[in-house]
Amino acid sequence: MAAKKITTPLTDEVVKSLRAGDAVEITGVIYQARDAAHKRLVALIEAGEALPFELQGAVVYYMGPSPAKPGNPIGSAGPTTSGRMDAYAPLLMKHGLKGMIGKGLRTAEVKQAMVDETAVYFAATGGAGALLAQRITGNEVIAWPELGAEAVARLDVVDFPAIVVNDCHGGDLYEEGRAKYAREA
Amino acid sequence: MGAIRELDVREVTAAVQELCITANYDLPVDVYEALKKAQGEEESPVGAEVLGQLIENADIAARDRVPICQDTGLAVFFVDLGQDVHLVGGDFAAAVNEGVRQGYLDGYLRKSAAEEPAHARRNTKDNTPAIVHTSIVPGDKVQITMMAKGGGAENMSSLNMLKPSQGWAGMSQAVVDTVSRAGSNPCPPVVIGVGIGGTIDMVTVLAKKALLREIGSVHPDPRIAEMEAELLARINALGIGPQGLGGRTTALAVFIEEMPCHIASMPMAVNVQCHAQRHTSVTL
Repeated sequence: MAAKKITTPLTDEVVKSLRAGDAVEITGVIYQARDAAHKRLVALIEAGEALPFELQGAVVYYMGPSPAKPGNPIGSAGPTTSGRMDAYAPLLMKHGLKGMIGKGLRTAEVKQAMVDETAVYFAATGGAGALLAQRITGNEVIAWPELGAEAVARLDVVDFPAIVVNDCHGGDLYEEGRAKYAREA
Repeated sequence: MGAIRELDVREVTAAVQELCITANYDLPVDVYEALKKAQGEEESPVGAEVLGQLIENADIAARDRVPICQDTGLAVFFVDLGQDVHLVGGDFAAAVNEGVRQGYLDGYLRKSAAEEPAHARRNTKDNTPAIVHTSIVPGDKVQITMMAKGGGAENMSSLNMLKPSQGWAGMSQAVVDTVSRAGSNPCPPVVIGVGIGGTIDMVTVLAKKALLREIGSVHPDPRIAEMEAELLARINALGIGPQGLGGRTTALAVFIEEMPCHIASMPMAVNVQCHAQRHTSVTL
């Protein structure tokens, strides 16, 4: 499959060009954030305070790495289940978040927010953490180091492989892919 | 009766340390071969691509000595303790936990245990406590099996207290429904462990123990082997596919363990395991 090469931050124009089922390779900066970090990001927005990174055009990666071995920027770094971030994702999209990388199903509310706010959800291959780590060239914790693997980190990625699951036009690869290959047992 | 054999628990700690690391770096051969077979048979181009990534990932992890997946799991152990073994030199449970502590530190494995789950959810920072299931068996050996159990797939598991009248039809439907509901969440292709019978505690242990079977092995009871084949065919007809992106490979295997139960009960548990089915054993 030929992958579309895209760079971050994402513009509306790029987001609109992506369709469910497209393979992409992402280059640029993405932000690592999972459960505990999302809770804190949303609390900051609700309190009207500044976030630790610019949300406009940003891509977040739902991921908590294993510890880096000496000489490596990061340990194994595959996606975690995105559904646990569903409670927080619509507000972040409202404030400029354009892309999410994770794995697993999203709620109808999150999918609608992607349509309303022009955002996109990518799946990276869950359980391919050793392979995905090779596409991460830089890793700097920028907020809440006390959260350990749940801290927010700024990651530099080069040709990071992912697949568009939910696009901003309502496309859903999890539904379409499954329907295509379902058979009578 | 055999002579009593002394075993120092420091040997247990050293063995557990190594089990934690090798389980997380080296995908078992049967799982690796099952992924390769699935890659050759997968009809979906995206599914085949994903399976290729998983094979490459296993190669990288084994070569570079890094974890297959960043979720290096809660450390689950099945211990078969020979009744002619006398454990000396300390507390057995503490020795296992010390091995986990050392293994997760030395192996650069992620610490994923949270204490006070209902409120504080503080990381215990050393991946303890381990989950330990011990059976006392004949002999003077100790067999320790370590399973690194990730959270994403565990979360998709189910316990079903069915009515006896529902029979196999109700039971098999509940297994398929569990996998169907889970969709892409548990990192398919999955391995499914099914426990049937016992009580609510025992049925879940049966389901987890079932996951230790070798992929490709056939259950010695032909009746159960047939049930497993039926479930695998129905699950792979769902179309979920590798990573839920659509395809024919939703599960690599279904394994069933059963035992008698109360005349009023029909407990059934489904333990969902991601494709990174990490487990390894040692005999001391």
